[in-house]
Amino acid sequence: MGSYIQSTKAQQQEMLQKIGCKSVEELFSNVPADMALQRPLDIPRGMSESSVMKYMQNMSEENTVFKTVLRGAGAYRHYIPAIVKSVVSKEEFVTAYTPYQAEMSQGILQSIFEYQTMICELTGMDVSNASVYDGASAAAEAVAMCSERKRSKAYISACSNPDVIETVKTYCKGNGMTVELIPENDGATDLDALAAMLGEGAACVYIPQPNYYGIFEDLTKAAEITHNAGAKLIAGCNPIALAMIKTPKECGADIAVGEGQPLGLPIAFGGPYLGFMASTTAMMRKLPGRIVGETVDHDGRRAYVLTLQAREQHIRREKASSNICSNQAHCALTAAVYMAAMGADGLYNVAEQSMSKAHYFAQKLSEIGYELAYTKPYFHEFVTVGVNNTAEALAKLEENGILGGLQLDDNRILWCVTEAVTKEELDKAAAILEEVGK
Amino acid sequence: MKLIFERSVADRALTLLPECDVEKTVLPEGMARTQALRLPEVGECDISRHYTELAKCAHGVNDGFYPLGSCTMKYNPKVNEQAAALEGFTEIHPLQPQSTLQGALKALVLSEELLCEITGMDNMSFQPAAGAHGEFAGIMLIKAYHESRGDTKRTKIIVPDSAHGTNPASANMAGYTVVSIPSNEDGCVDIEKLKAAVGEDTAGLMLTNPNTVGVFDKNILEITKIVHEAGGLNYYDGANLNAIMGVVRPGDMGFDVIHLNLHKTFSTPHGGGGPGSGAVGCKSLLTPFLPLPRAIKNGDKYELLTESELSFGRMKEFYGNFLVVIKALTYVLTLGAEGIREAAQIAVLNANYMMHELADCYEMAYPGYCMHEFVMTLENTKKQYGVSAMDVAKSLIDHGIHPPTMYFPLIVHEALMVEPTETESKETLDEAVAALRDIAEMTVNNAEAVISAPHTTPISRPDEVMAARSPKLRYEF
Repeated sequence: MGSYIQSTKAQQQEMLQKIGCKSVEELFSNVPADMALQRPLDIPRGMSESSVMKYMQNMSEENTVFKTVLRGAGAYRHYIPAIVKSVVSKEEFVTAYTPYQAEMSQGILQSIFEYQTMICELTGMDVSNASVYDGASAAAEAVAMCSERKRSKAYISACSNPDVIETVKTYCKGNGMTVELIPENDGATDLDALAAMLGEGAACVYIPQPNYYGIFEDLTKAAEITHNAGAKLIAGCNPIALAMIKTPKECGADIAVGEGQPLGLPIAFGGPYLGFMASTTAMMRKLPGRIVGETVDHDGRRAYVLTLQAREQHIRREKASSNICSNQAHCALTAAVYMAAMGADGLYNVAEQSMSKAHYFAQKLSEIGYELAYTKPYFHEFVTVGVNNTAEALAKLEENGILGGLQLDDNRILWCVTEAVTKEELDKAAAILEEVGK
Repeated sequence: MKLIFERSVADRALTLLPECDVEKTVLPEGMARTQALRLPEVGECDISRHYTELAKCAHGVNDGFYPLGSCTMKYNPKVNEQAAALEGFTEIHPLQPQSTLQGALKALVLSEELLCEITGMDNMSFQPAAGAHGEFAGIMLIKAYHESRGDTKRTKIIVPDSAHGTNPASANMAGYTVVSIPSNEDGCVDIEKLKAAVGEDTAGLMLTNPNTVGVFDKNILEITKIVHEAGGLNYYDGANLNAIMGVVRPGDMGFDVIHLNLHKTFSTPHGGGGPGSGAVGCKSLLTPFLPLPRAIKNGDKYELLTESELSFGRMKEFYGNFLVVIKALTYVLTLGAEGIREAAQIAVLNANYMMHELADCYEMAYPGYCMHEFVMTLENTKKQYGVSAMDVAKSLIDHGIHPPTMYFPLIVHEALMVEPTETESKETLDEAVAALRDIAEMTVNNAEAVISAPHTTPISRPDEVMAARSPKLRYEF
């Protein structure tokens, strides 16, 4: 009904007259008549704003919003500070394009520069790009960065998020790299197996930290084994965990990537999220995507620009290693505001509370028959076994407004607890499960 | 402007979380990070003012005219944002039981139906996160199709030299050799060159129509037929779809696969460089190869299709940039059949009007009617007065107008590519015309003032060479 067109019919006529055209149709004279659509589009008539809002509201209410979420597996509901939503809704940020014109985009360029700095701090790495689509595509892009003439094998931990594994495989179908899975042992990547697998042709190793089952991996050892084979180590990190655990850099990783969604983005049915990506200086010129750098303008004033563009598709065309141009800039801004609001202590607090509550809940669950599947230390996710009516148990939680863990198979459940869940909610969930078990 | 790190004061912080209400778990020995995490220590007021200051040094569609060619910077309706902010969309977990996600799945299925009708395609996936990601998906569809037929000798993708840089880069990412064919004088595909380029090794052709010089290639049926007859498939780059919605459909031009930039044609904001959405659509012969999972309707229920033997795989986590799709859906529902067509018509009218009003003081690369955008060449101005396309662009900034796309397409020297879009009023177009005419006059009378522009911005002409030669990519504490 509305098309957001502002020129009036009279103005349109005036414009046509100036051009020397009788009708708008004349402007489309290059479109052969036999190809042009000879009927209106078969889509509904336009709606008024109030009708469309009602329609969308109704559609959104056909989804269930769970009050308590004990499910992660790649999407984590953390508390999002009010200041984050306020800042990122500023329309100068929302409605701008990629900052091609530095003079008109210093605000956006500087915000990306600040984001890059925060990602470097979080991961310990030297250089960050301006973001890619999400954690899985970041992993796939990182794998592609490691491809060399004589090194085209990527080794991916079987303890990675399945979406990451599949996405890496898709990208590798295109770039000619091969993917091998490193087996799992007691819920973690089998590093002895890795050492035996690696040989000539090894380009890189991807290890999640913590992994899909929530377990902390021995990244330092993984780096040692990887580097002994002349390959590169890619760490796929949960950014919240990085506030407390050893950084990928401290462990010896060459590239750190991850899903940035926990940094202030809503779970939103899986997107838009944020892929963060950082590397050592040695690999800087292989990083895909936009990168912002500091320079000076012609009067010597500090200024920010898109830089190292010789890597990118608009210069290199078919020789570019990645085709990415639009990324997730607004999500990167969100993450930066979130990190500024939290600060190092606040982020540590989020990590510590998430981990502590997960351990509290795991203890509660073990008292009612849900045993931990693995013995290794974990962060804020863990797998339980030992109860056979898992589907029934999860359904009962859902009836009570609680989204339980993700069912991995008949009796294994992957649980997640973040700081956004209270002890009271955990106790309630445990009580419901206990009731089902009786 | 201070960096946020330069506003940091030790021990300043916000109070956001309650005390931990369970016993604290201690990290295992040797696991803790030893490197201090240096995030800014700021208060909420600091943050609010810092980003307000940054926002003042940014320019969005909301701030003024943004005729950035090939990017379709139309107005971003606010109702789209409101719909995408509904709790029933933002607070749902992607791995909830499907019975609790009926609204979200319905939104994807409905978006697919509407956008397929607009493009003349049969099915669509919303998994790709941006245009380039959609291109990669589209080329992977073509690859999977040929491979499923055992047709492995097709190793080449044909791309005209007028194409956007992502086209050859996407083809390369999918493992293809790129064959670049020169355009003819009117910027369209050179039929003879195309005929000479196709063969048994042709996997497909990547094209946008209207093309990157803003001209509708009227030979399009012949072009797509040549590729089909050689056994290849035709890929439509949806960057320029805004010109033809409701008028003619890529599916009716002989294209088999298409990507859309929902953040261009379908009015979702670009966020300073994303998130976008690069929906990939195809004719039914390619449907089995689409990335998964994909929302489908089964009886009166909606569900996620998670398995198909022929799918080329997954592009990213979960199902794509869902909230962006919600915004695009809201837009299409608002416009409806008539509004969609009208948007294309007025986009073309606005471009032609601006082009006409400028034709006596700027040289048009391709005279005649344009579609939704037109390309000017400053080649002679540069020779005669030393004023380049970049100089004119920078000078426009002083008029509060975002410059057109510069130096693209590559086949036009000193190019400025102007795309006004349908949402700009005649007054705005007239102001922009007046500004460009001013600059043209200044070029003749006072070239130095143009060459040294902009004069009104916080910074001017940053040293890009220095930025690239000695990269400083993070704040040093």
